Amino acid sequence: MSAVAARARVVLPPIVFGVGFFVLWEAFVKLRDVKPFVLVAPSDVWSAWLDNQSDILDAMKVTGTNALVGLVIGTVLGSLAALIASAVRWIGELVNPIAVAVNAVPIVVVVAVLTRMYEADSETPRRIMATLAAFFVVFVNVARGLNQSHPTQLELMRSYAASSRQQFVKVRVPNSLPFLFTAIRIAAPLTVITAVVAEYFGGNRNGLGASITGFLSISKKDVGLAYVAGASVLGLLFFGAAALLEYIAVPWQRQRSSR
Amino acid sequence: MSELAVQATGVGKVFNAGRPNQVDALTDVDLTVAPGEFVSLIGPSGCGKSTLLRLIADLLDTTTGELRVNGKAPRQARLDQDYGMAFQQAGLFEWRSVSKNIELPLELKGWDKAKRRARAQEMLELVKLPDRGDAMPWQLSGGQQQRIAIARALAAHPPLLLMDEPFGALDEMTREHMQAELLRICGETGTTVVFVTHSIPEAVYLSDRVVVMSPGPGRITHIVDVGLGRHRDDDTRETDGFYDKITEVREALRGSRVAGARGIEDR
Amino acid sequence: MRRLRPLWFGIAAFALLVVMWEVYRRWIGEWLDTRREVGSVLGFKLLPRSSELAMPAVGDMLDEFGKPEVRGSGTSVFEAVLAATFRSFTLALAALALGSLVGIGVAVLMARFKVVQRGLMPYLVISQTIPLIALAPLTVTWGGEITIFGFEWEKWTSAVVLGAFLSFFPIAVGALRGFNSPAASSIELMDSYAASWFQTWRKLRLPAALPYLTPAMRLAGSAAVFGVVVSEISVGLTDGVGYLILSYLQEGTSRPAKVFTAVMGTVVLGLLMAALVAAGDRYFSRNRPKEGIA
Repeated sequence: MSAVAARARVVLPPIVFGVGFFVLWEAFVKLRDVKPFVLVAPSDVWSAWLDNQSDILDAMKVTGTNALVGLVIGTVLGSLAALIASAVRWIGELVNPIAVAVNAVPIVVVVAVLTRMYEADSETPRRIMATLAAFFVVFVNVARGLNQSHPTQLELMRSYAASSRQQFVKVRVPNSLPFLFTAIRIAAPLTVITAVVAEYFGGNRNGLGASITGFLSISKKDVGLAYVAGASVLGLLFFGAAALLEYIAVPWQRQRSSR
Repeated sequence: MSELAVQATGVGKVFNAGRPNQVDALTDVDLTVAPGEFVSLIGPSGCGKSTLLRLIADLLDTTTGELRVNGKAPRQARLDQDYGMAFQQAGLFEWRSVSKNIELPLELKGWDKAKRRARAQEMLELVKLPDRGDAMPWQLSGGQQQRIAIARALAAHPPLLLMDEPFGALDEMTREHMQAELLRICGETGTTVVFVTHSIPEAVYLSDRVVVMSPGPGRITHIVDVGLGRHRDDDTRETDGFYDKITEVREALRGSRVAGARGIEDR
Repeated sequence: MRRLRPLWFGIAAFALLVVMWEVYRRWIGEWLDTRREVGSVLGFKLLPRSSELAMPAVGDMLDEFGKPEVRGSGTSVFEAVLAATFRSFTLALAALALGSLVGIGVAVLMARFKVVQRGLMPYLVISQTIPLIALAPLTVTWGGEITIFGFEWEKWTSAVVLGAFLSFFPIAVGALRGFNSPAASSIELMDSYAASWFQTWRKLRLPAALPYLTPAMRLAGSAAVFGVVVSEISVGLTDGVGYLILSYLQEGTSRPAKVFTAVMGTVVLGLLMAALVAAGDRYFSRNRPKEGIA
């Protein structure tokens, strides 16, 4: 098989499936005359996007900022916490159960409690949720990385009579960098999702989540789905940036994702 | 049984024919294996020994030539389950007990539970692990796992056993022990064996004949008749005859290639 | 005693959170209120208010459980939250079951037909990055309005379908990885037995996939809970615990501590599901060697 054919073999099926999906969707809605309060066709979503583009982009900025603040602060705090936890064992043992619980529980509901703790028009509750989401992902992964140093490398350092601080800095920390960037790759879209869903619980109506739930709940599903598309683009953007960052920073390793 | 266990005439195998990454894995292979014989295939990487084994097993199709297994086409032999196979990794299913691992080919053939259980126990006795039936594979040592793999390969009493470096992952002592065990088992069952190996002493110890192969493209260069008789034990390893044969095989491996390889006996 | 160490630490962590809450509420919050500027960073107010309305005492939260749910009604808050939590749990369980069925089914298709694998894989991967949960309100207007093959779509159907939708993706990915995991020699072994593709799947690929399904189920379980809870809010499923949060939130001024009871119910819901998945994993892996794939 030539190189071109080999390429086509990989690239063509997803394109066919993707295009096919949209074609079937459009056909289903139009041919079966599906009522707009049930579902709208992709073409309707596209025209709604064009009509509301500037509003959608503004909403993306609001939600995106919340997610980004959460991602940055959560990553910093999570890494710090992981560093401390690997040095002082009982701190790790305290945070771990909370991390496990957070993984299992839809913590986004906590935003309901936070809204009353802040001003009515504050974005802080959402940023706190996004921070929490990123914090635990980063903490768990970086902690794992710090504890999973290559035993051979550690033995080598011991044979050099390196102090435990030197071992920490020269072996454990560099070994955990891939885990950090993997964590960021997982956390980035997660902060977007958290920021969007946090808006379902009241508060400001200027983000993506508020508009999505607002428009989809009534018969303006085309506009609502256009906002959903905006949220998807935002999520992909965050993911792409984080994946790129991982690729640049840790080119020698494509870590398998872990939560 | 007058049928030859394996009969290969002018067999060849080419991978990726016509493409830039074409590989001539085997050319012009002539080989016969009589029933009850123990034949080893030995040679450096790329000589096609594993490929030949897989052709016999019908895991690959021949490109040229004719291959008959038990007098049938390889595909028919596979469908009729005329052979059992063992690999370097014992490949036991870790979620099945030892007995259930042995029963696997029998399950696929539709045997009923009682018959399967009985046959599995019989095989366990054969490989001298009669009370390990309920153990899990990871509770066994590497050598024991390989014995179970052999038990599994022979569970349906096939006339032919195909083995691809089954003792490669074991340490030397276990390896020698397993070789003796294998000879005993195949002696008791009368099974024909085609055995791929990297180890010259192993090939000489086990086989009636050693088929020496070489790469570029893969072919048979010599066939060495071991001629040490049927009965072999630990003492055999220290006889002069044994060392002579090892030397002969080693020189055959090192020696120049015979153009247009034919499966002739070389002495 | 050593084995219970994580449990003690879990209890200690939870107690620590309660202590931190109370300390902030009673002392730090008040102190901050008198010094407005301290709580602000980069122009936005970072630290929360600590008034009775904003941060009720933990004791009050627990008291709420004993009070009647609605003025004059016979059901206590505890009973209401318990019932709602149980209701949501059954929905989440149904969602997980549905998602698992479809997820494994799709994974089988993808393992069997490589072209399907190549076609769908990219979408499975990016599905984790887009807010699928955003589609929850889409089903709001479906309740009681549409019928599929004679099955009337109820509000709870939306919750189950969305939960299933979210849990489907990690299961499909994990199952596929598991189905493709056996060593080549094991596949060759099954070929040598002239086993059909389905036999090979049933006896080799499916059991081999278990270590991969374990982390996938963990993710899927929490995704199912997440989907159901958020759906309840969007769709207005009044007997679910998610809806309860929103509804108790409305009583923020008269009974500020009430919403915390529903939040606690949601936490219990998540932990219950996690415990179930963990138990299931322990049961199915009981014969397996102890080392595993993270």
